[in-house]
Amino acid sequence: MTDVTLAELMIVAASEAWRDNGEVLASGITTIPRLGASLAKLTHSPELLMTDSEAFLVSEPVPLGPRGDYKPRYEGYMSFDRVFECVWGGKRHAMIGPTQIDRWGQTNLSAVGDYAKPKSAVLGVRGLPGNSICHINSLFVPNHGPRVFVGGEVDMVSGVGYKPERWGPGMKRDYVDLRLIVTDLCVLDFGGPDHAIRVKSLHPGVGFEQVQAATGFPLLQAEGMGETPLPTAEQLAIIRRLDPHNLRGAVLKNNPPARKAA
Amino acid sequence: MALDKQLSAAAAVAQLRSGMTLGIGGWGPRRKPMSLVREILRSDLKDLTVVSYGGPDVGMLCAAGKVKKLVFPFVTLDAIPLEPYYRKARESGAIEVMELDEGMYEWGLRAAGMRMSFLPTRVGLATDVLAKNPSIKTIASPYADGEVYVAMPALKLDAALLHVNEADRLGNTLVCGADTFFDHLYARAAGHCYVSTEVLRERFELDAETAKLNPFERYLVTGVVHAPGGAHPTYMGPDYGWDMEHFKRYNASAGEEGGWRQYVEEFVAPGEAEYLARVGGAEKISKLKLPVF
Repeated sequence: MTDVTLAELMIVAASEAWRDNGEVLASGITTIPRLGASLAKLTHSPELLMTDSEAFLVSEPVPLGPRGDYKPRYEGYMSFDRVFECVWGGKRHAMIGPTQIDRWGQTNLSAVGDYAKPKSAVLGVRGLPGNSICHINSLFVPNHGPRVFVGGEVDMVSGVGYKPERWGPGMKRDYVDLRLIVTDLCVLDFGGPDHAIRVKSLHPGVGFEQVQAATGFPLLQAEGMGETPLPTAEQLAIIRRLDPHNLRGAVLKNNPPARKAA
Repeated sequence: MALDKQLSAAAAVAQLRSGMTLGIGGWGPRRKPMSLVREILRSDLKDLTVVSYGGPDVGMLCAAGKVKKLVFPFVTLDAIPLEPYYRKARESGAIEVMELDEGMYEWGLRAAGMRMSFLPTRVGLATDVLAKNPSIKTIASPYADGEVYVAMPALKLDAALLHVNEADRLGNTLVCGADTFFDHLYARAAGHCYVSTEVLRERFELDAETAKLNPFERYLVTGVVHAPGGAHPTYMGPDYGWDMEHFKRYNASAGEEGGWRQYVEEFVAPGEAEYLARVGGAEKISKLKLPVF
């Protein structure tokens, strides 16, 4: 399978985030996380709930882009109002791509630089404070580098993490549950001491030192750190059916192959 | 008739004052009361506190220098993720901000509508939302658990601006899109609520199924403005989609010398009838494809 792309490998890696989550709303935000959630529902985790990315629950993941005569298979309703209720009740696993991530899993989607006069105003904190303190979250990084994985704290903590000093007496952090970070170099988890970030698997042709050099804080190696698996033929067929316009091919610069040419 | 609440956009905006706190309904580039926003752009209102799940409403009011303070969880045009004029205002330090989680923001509107000073939530703890907004306090549960919560303060609005699919002269409204967002909470949180509408009826005579599309009571509505195409260029389901070409044009203007002034001269200054003509007319707006998500 020489024509497998890195984006497709990342979709498969992302889909693993939703394995054994039970009946929760799977929210993959932007192309690769959404395809990952869709693949999870169509393969190992049919119990997941998904929306049409607007306001309705669907029993089958909706393909991306113009759908031709495809009719979504509605099974219920999930307006923004209901999504918030779902968030607060904890029955959700979202995967989003923040602008910055730090060693404690704290995320920033608000502003880079000085808060009063930022170098870059991004979207705003959006739902990150609520998502991160209420339910399972995973993260997506299409450009693994030290500007994303920052050395100190993120510039504006939008999503909470495991930094003890951030939590005052009486604040409940029991529901904080960070799972995977899927990047264009590797898959990370929070399985180290005190939730320290570890490399769980390296994408084909990527070395640990390369990942470490692209990360602003020290990384651990998970026991049995291996290679991120390539998609199977079945997974590839599903991905291609879900993304008939190849939007996944536009996520990573030059749409590189899963295994770099030697 | 005493219960005829119809008025022109100019008359509605004439009831607003500089320094007011205005809530703007919709969500990002979806069902925004843009004809009312354009009327504010034509007015001499200033120093506004704008409360919005922000889209081009926020960008345009920032570009025009109308905004003193922005209360918001995000500003985006969705397909164009970064709103260009919001960024300019934010990065130059031209506006004060109260940046909130989407749910905290909802809680603030809800508290105002319930005439509460605050509502408790876990959301916002351990983030810089609290650090950057020292006016937001925490509170301990008085029960055995003793858990510490954010006491999300009420977001009281002087006025709310909303856009709906249908209304009648009494102020009854229908919202027919797939998602009604949080417009009902703005109506409840506001001292006065001005609704612009695609279709204006004398008096509703609805069947029960259609009546379920009524998002809030008419006693909340101060004025009704008839504004077909009034959400353009935002998404007004199921009537019309967003105008991507127009958004691209608007976005590009932010990168051009004098771009905002040109945009205003071309689209805003000539008035709403001319606006609709220049963006292609009612017929073209009605054919804007609904977005596929």
